[in-house]
Amino acid sequence: MNTSPEAVRVLTPTGMLGAGFTQSTVDRGLTLGADVIAVDAGSTDSGPYYLGSGTAKTTAAAVARDLRILLRAAARAQIPLIVGSCGTSGTDSGVDWVAGIVEDILREESLALSVARIYSEQRAEVLTERLRAGKIHPLAPSGALDVSTLDGCSHIVGMMGHEPIEEALRAGADVVLAGRATDTALAAAYPLMAGMPPGPTWHAAKIVECGGQCTTNPRAGGVLATIDRTGFTIEPLDPDAACTPISVAAHMLYETVDPFRMREPAGELDVAAATYTALDPRRVRVEGSEFHPAEHTVKLEGARIAGHETMSFTAIRDEHILANIEDWAALLAKILTERVGQTLGLGDTDYAFDIRLYGHDAILGKLDPASRPAREVGVMLLVRAATQALATAVAKVANPLMLHLPTPDMDYLPSLAFATSPAETERGPVYEFVLNHVVDTVSPTELFRTAYRRANA
Amino acid sequence: MPDTFADLALEVRSKNAGPFWVTMELFMRDAAGYALAADPEILNEDVVATLYEVRAEDVRFFRIPSLNVVKISFPRPIPQGSLRDRDIHAGQHHVPLAALAACGPEKPA
Repeated sequence: MNTSPEAVRVLTPTGMLGAGFTQSTVDRGLTLGADVIAVDAGSTDSGPYYLGSGTAKTTAAAVARDLRILLRAAARAQIPLIVGSCGTSGTDSGVDWVAGIVEDILREESLALSVARIYSEQRAEVLTERLRAGKIHPLAPSGALDVSTLDGCSHIVGMMGHEPIEEALRAGADVVLAGRATDTALAAAYPLMAGMPPGPTWHAAKIVECGGQCTTNPRAGGVLATIDRTGFTIEPLDPDAACTPISVAAHMLYETVDPFRMREPAGELDVAAATYTALDPRRVRVEGSEFHPAEHTVKLEGARIAGHETMSFTAIRDEHILANIEDWAALLAKILTERVGQTLGLGDTDYAFDIRLYGHDAILGKLDPASRPAREVGVMLLVRAATQALATAVAKVANPLMLHLPTPDMDYLPSLAFATSPAETERGPVYEFVLNHVVDTVSPTELFRTAYRRANA
Repeated sequence: MPDTFADLALEVRSKNAGPFWVTMELFMRDAAGYALAADPEILNEDVVATLYEVRAEDVRFFRIPSLNVVKISFPRPIPQGSLRDRDIHAGQHHVPLAALAACGPEKPA
């Protein structure tokens, strides 16, 4: 890029690659002059399993469907396509999974696009050296890290900022497939490279990261942000949707701890002084956003295996049991613990279980403000143990109880309503997030590795 | 019965803010409702701590009059995806807050 443009237009078709959007949303964005397409493909929001196992939450067919539209659009308009947090968690396997889908589409569609893969997975040994050098710090509410936690992770990723993405664009990539990246870095990289000011760029990137979420119809298609020297303008791509000052400002609240300040690897976005003005019924102008550079850090995410789980599910309609459901559940827990000790010889530290009364208080437990009797209750037993066999053995010991356990005052055996045969479902390995730390970096790209695949002419 | 915050709000919602925090917003319908939600005599760190069994010093409040919004964030008391996490996205945890009477303990409506 030799001369700096007056404005840069970022097209975000959806908040999540694979969630779907219409062809018309992308066509409209190109008509309005989009300079880059940026889309997020990952999140920690659905829990530690995806990082722990290095597998994607989305199905390949849905990702391919969305990518086909975006790759065709990028080729037609000759603008870059940036995909971040590939494969849900941004592991190296996730990047390669998305890259494989992209390669198939490029071949099928005869599209000549160069592809960069940016890997963000981190080795525990490298991080251990950084930890020993005092370069890794906890974020609230976590405490100091120890080496064994790093060693125990099945996968660790670093969240890249815009820098590795910008580097790939400068190297000539048409398609950038990034591992774990901040949601905002995807949309910020190209405008920053084009010389747009960081305050409006990062703020616009935060507003577009969830696609239509910042509009009055969150199920509408994507959005287009036009970033310039003094601010940015945001508009929905669905002609029937609108951005209003409230809908745009409110998006800073979504999934953020602090709605005014957000830390990026290169510094902090500060929108406390931002103003939101309606240009017309569909477009909003935002000015006054600031970005304060800070010492460069990269946030780490890591997950480790936490055991194996087996689930069993029965249900109760009998009104007498429902009237005494908490006593019934307490009795189930007591007898199950005794029976597991007698039959399997297991103690408290060998396994754990959770009895969830769906329809009664499963979701909120003792926090629940309501106390209405339920019409029916689903009883989920979740057992966790070191091995799958052990977890299933405990669930099978519970099986006759979940079929026939009466309340303490009943003098006959009820038969309860199992939902499935077999009653037990083996859930496989389960994981937990264990890293909530940042590492100080010397260079903003040093923790990331990029591989290029040139276009087939 | 006094009004609850749900009665006075367009929406009360909750969600994860990363794996280690939960955040909630009360989108109040008008300035009068906002005045109640933003009144520290009615809704404060201690009230939230009691409601969700968390430490009051960990609770963060953001009162945003331009949006009629009160936003509350605190560390997730149960780790996401752990055996006892029954709300992976923390998307149903707004209910105790929404059901709270929108008046102080000494000021029945």
